[in-house]
Amino acid sequence: MATSTRSEPAAGAEPENPLVEGLERLPVPNTTLVIFGGTGDLSRRKLLPALYNLAHEGALPERFNLVAVSRRDLPDDDFRGMAREAIESFSRRTPDATVLEALLERFIYVPTAFDEEAGYKALAERLQELDDEAGTPLNRAFYLSTAPEFFPVIIQALGAQRLHRHPDADVRVIIEKPFGTDLASARSLNDVVLDRFREHQVFRIDHYLGKETVQNMLAFRFANYMFEPLWNRNYIDHVQITASEDLGIGTRAGYYDHSGALRDLVQNHMLQLLTLLCMEPPTAFDADSVRDEKVKVLHAIEPPTPEQVRTNTVRAQYGPGVVSGEEVPGYLQESDVPASSHTETFAALNLEVHNWRWAGVPFHLRTGKRLARKVTEIAVMLKPVPHLAFAQDGSVGVQPNQLILTMQPNEGVSLSLGAKIPGSRMRIRPVNMEFLYGTAFVSQSPEAYERLIMDAMRGDATLFTRNDEVDAQWEIIDPILQGWQESSEAPATYAAGSTGPEEADALLHEGRRWRGL
Amino acid sequence: MDEVWSARDTTPGAIEAALRELLKQRHQENEAYAPARVLNLVVIADADFRGEVENRLERVGRYHPSRTVVCAVEPGRTTMDAWASMACDIDPQPGSLAVCREQVELKLGPGHLRTLHTVVGSLLVSDLATLVWSPHGYAEAVDALSRLAQVVLIDSLDEPDVGASLSRAEELAGRAYVVDLAWLRSTPWRERIAATFDPPAWRRSLQEISSVTVRHRHDSAAAGVLFLGWLYSRLGWRSAELSAGRAGELSGRARARRGEVAIRLEPVAQQGAPGLGGVTVQTASGGEVSLDRSAGGLRAVKRRPRGETAEWTLLGASRGESGILGEGVRQALLRDPTYRPALAAARAMVA
Repeated sequence: MATSTRSEPAAGAEPENPLVEGLERLPVPNTTLVIFGGTGDLSRRKLLPALYNLAHEGALPERFNLVAVSRRDLPDDDFRGMAREAIESFSRRTPDATVLEALLERFIYVPTAFDEEAGYKALAERLQELDDEAGTPLNRAFYLSTAPEFFPVIIQALGAQRLHRHPDADVRVIIEKPFGTDLASARSLNDVVLDRFREHQVFRIDHYLGKETVQNMLAFRFANYMFEPLWNRNYIDHVQITASEDLGIGTRAGYYDHSGALRDLVQNHMLQLLTLLCMEPPTAFDADSVRDEKVKVLHAIEPPTPEQVRTNTVRAQYGPGVVSGEEVPGYLQESDVPASSHTETFAALNLEVHNWRWAGVPFHLRTGKRLARKVTEIAVMLKPVPHLAFAQDGSVGVQPNQLILTMQPNEGVSLSLGAKIPGSRMRIRPVNMEFLYGTAFVSQSPEAYERLIMDAMRGDATLFTRNDEVDAQWEIIDPILQGWQESSEAPATYAAGSTGPEEADALLHEGRRWRGL
Repeated sequence: MDEVWSARDTTPGAIEAALRELLKQRHQENEAYAPARVLNLVVIADADFRGEVENRLERVGRYHPSRTVVCAVEPGRTTMDAWASMACDIDPQPGSLAVCREQVELKLGPGHLRTLHTVVGSLLVSDLATLVWSPHGYAEAVDALSRLAQVVLIDSLDEPDVGASLSRAEELAGRAYVVDLAWLRSTPWRERIAATFDPPAWRRSLQEISSVTVRHRHDSAAAGVLFLGWLYSRLGWRSAELSAGRAGELSGRARARRGEVAIRLEPVAQQGAPGLGGVTVQTASGGEVSLDRSAGGLRAVKRRPRGETAEWTLLGASRGESGILGEGVRQALLRDPTYRPALAAARAMVA
């Protein structure tokens, strides 16, 4: 079990800064951001463009430096050239040349293997030089964007070089997913991390939490009184959470075949959606108040028994099929996938939240690759009306109300209602009341990583996963992984481009169906 | 692709019916066309400068209002002609939606302005916030719309007399929420000064500020006074009237808790963009911070009380004037609690 849970309260009783009142962008402490894996795919596609966009908007700290650490032996200028190319290719806005050049000047590269002591000494020297240049100790944020096997190596090396503390400044460590591959490895990693860092210094990324539409679930639930009376077992029949993709694994076979759908999406993103849906109102919108409530939800989900793994979960692999009119290979035919692989590209499971509000309400989760459509949504299916005075003939009839929270592709909220079909008879059919973000806000949403990097530099952990939260997520997922691993049965199959395997239909109780994709 | 309707000597009822028909046609074409429902914008402009205003509106990028009603005022006109269109950004792809914006242009005469609410009222989308922008004056039209509009967009730099400009802003602020472009131009400066004084060591020195100099484009004194009004109101300084110097500068002394603060506003030659050009803040213990416009952001120079000086660039792209207007539209849906106190302090400085 992980040792520490709650973050420590912010120390110090400094006077308030009266100048920040009313400002949309709050000051960010001067920071040197160190990205381990600075030349990697995530860094090029997401992190460097996110930093550019923050710079463009004037949102970076007054004094900001980026130190990229990677194994490739590159001079600073070559790294800057690579970073320029990445930003020009992947930024959500066309870069302003002067801002980009000024930002690149703040980029430094330190080549080293992640287990090489001399590399960390060189890093420490560069960091000290940057402090000296600023004339003040700068906060340090170490972003671990490497293969996960290097996370403990880097953490220990930072500790060995005393880089986990910095006099008169804050040190933070940002850890990419996956945080462990099972319960034991997650606990082991947490032990290593918390041996060197305190919980309030640790920012475990689940980039789903950085998405505006995911954060809006909190606003939807806790800023609208009308839903609260319905938000419980008395009115809700069941909930379906779907995260489907139409794409296959692409060139990620090396990662994906070791991960699978359950680790890739369910353990982190989908359980996050479930906790946001089910949590009680926090007393305040601060990191620990929000995360305390989320952890309570996770603790209310009993880890499945071996029997429940057999009856309440389905794993499957996509076979050959047709997607958007084109024939595509099955998972086992994808390049670099072992022919004997049992890795699931589809996972579906039933969970129950055993607390006063949710007892008896089934939560059905499904995720998969190469499905009919890309969609991420939560469907809250309400109970049918107790008595119906209308005739049902001549129409599809009265259906239970459905509240659909869509994260992608059309972010919004949709409520299905029964309405009278125009005409002389009293016939009813469902109609939708739609709210679409794209039509209701003029602002463009920032990329999730922009928000998360900014929050980490400001020390706000609300949108990051706490150690006990990770632990509780793995406690739910671990028995499923074990059950699947010990099973001699091959995964079910489904045709690429379909809505998933037939076996998943059996997870839903009689009379219930998965929503169409 | 734009759907367009037009009519001469028409009525608000006919225009409203035409808008409904345009939407219906679009829906019949494809259900994925969805009208934006964010806010209404009513613009009152000289007919001669209508094109210029529309060009500015075109360049606000993603901050388009949902329904824009442009009232182009032609001297001598007594009838009303109208033109309505619905523009959608993209053709909808399967599984996505195309957001549409509606625009109405009215050609009307000065006689319509005092009762403009009776014309515009039925053309607004119900339950959406309504923003009024009247860049060429027409105060009577803005006053007529005060029952319909929750937000008024102004630019305090438009009126050369700073005192008159801020008086009008204060009067409007008593009736509606005011979004002032002159204030928005100072946002990066306010953010950066707030950030500079945010580290604990510097935060304590806020009480020791001994002088503030604000540099501005020759026609942007109102922006400088508003910036100073912000400092006054946030730091609890008491206003004293500024006096004008020979070179167009304004100066005076503010009363802070621990003493007086020397205040100075200086026009800067050869500044292209309107608004502020630089800010220098000094503290009694000898610290100094200067921010000035430069390529790629603001150039910062910080001198510590012991005398060491550091220089660096605060990164940030200029939004340009069309970006400022877009920001004004966006701000119409937000509420900045610091503008009115800053405006009141600024008014007292130039009373």
